[in-house]
Amino acid sequence: MWTYEKRLQYPVKIKNPDPAMAKIIITQFGGPDGELAASMRYLSQRYSMPFRDIAGLLTDIGTEELAHMEMICAIVHQLTRNLTPEEIKCQGFADYYVDHTVGLWPQAASGTPFSATVFQSKGDAITDLHEDLAAEQKARTTYDNILRLIKDPDIVDPIRFLREREIVHYQRFGEGLRRVQERLDSKNFYAFNPEFDCSSSCK
Amino acid sequence: MAQMNQKQLMQYINEVSFGIDELALFLDTHPMDQKALDYYEHLRVLRKKAVDAYTKHFGPLTYRDVETCDYWTWVQTPWPWEMEG
Repeated sequence: MWTYEKRLQYPVKIKNPDPAMAKIIITQFGGPDGELAASMRYLSQRYSMPFRDIAGLLTDIGTEELAHMEMICAIVHQLTRNLTPEEIKCQGFADYYVDHTVGLWPQAASGTPFSATVFQSKGDAITDLHEDLAAEQKARTTYDNILRLIKDPDIVDPIRFLREREIVHYQRFGEGLRRVQERLDSKNFYAFNPEFDCSSSCK
Repeated sequence: MAQMNQKQLMQYINEVSFGIDELALFLDTHPMDQKALDYYEHLRVLRKKAVDAYTKHFGPLTYRDVETCDYWTWVQTPWPWEMEG
């Protein structure tokens, strides 16, 4: 089960509101390669993972992604403080504002609502780990793109932290994949699905 | 740790906790790495001391550690996404 700690994994203190930037950064909340997607992907995959160390990795990274989701939401929340109707209109924030005011709602920068269709939980250890490697790179690229668009150091700082974590997660999933491959049939690890064909004997 | 104010102690907790977060992920894929295990234990002890001190002087970090007095202090201190948090 989960325990909540009343702190952010890394501080977010943004002095200057910027609703136009908020609309971009919200994509790491509800977008296809965002933190909520990452969390749900890993936390969903862990149940059928036949190796306990990798189920642990999925649990621990999935949990960290919830903390990252919280940071992204804190950034968007602080970027949308004290707005006047004029600012809302000329910063291009009116279409989000009309449906959500300054509440947080999981959507991509494009406005596409969050959906489970952005991730897979395929129930195959090799497949799921490849999905996870790709997910971390997609998230990293998204942060690269965000860093090209923002200049405010208050925003750059936590975003750089989040980008760095994606790279570390990629490393861990790579190690996880190697550890799984070593334990499956070394001649042909595509010969069977360890999550389905061999029931309880794989741990 | 005795001389730290709230902001400094929170910063310290964030740093030590991050070390533990990193080590936990590393140990998930390197479960027998003795150096990592030792460093984890070292940070675990530091973190516990810091969290106990923070809870005592500034308020609970989880709702399992609330000193109730006559008020549910869990909902009295700022939430982490607030500017004051």
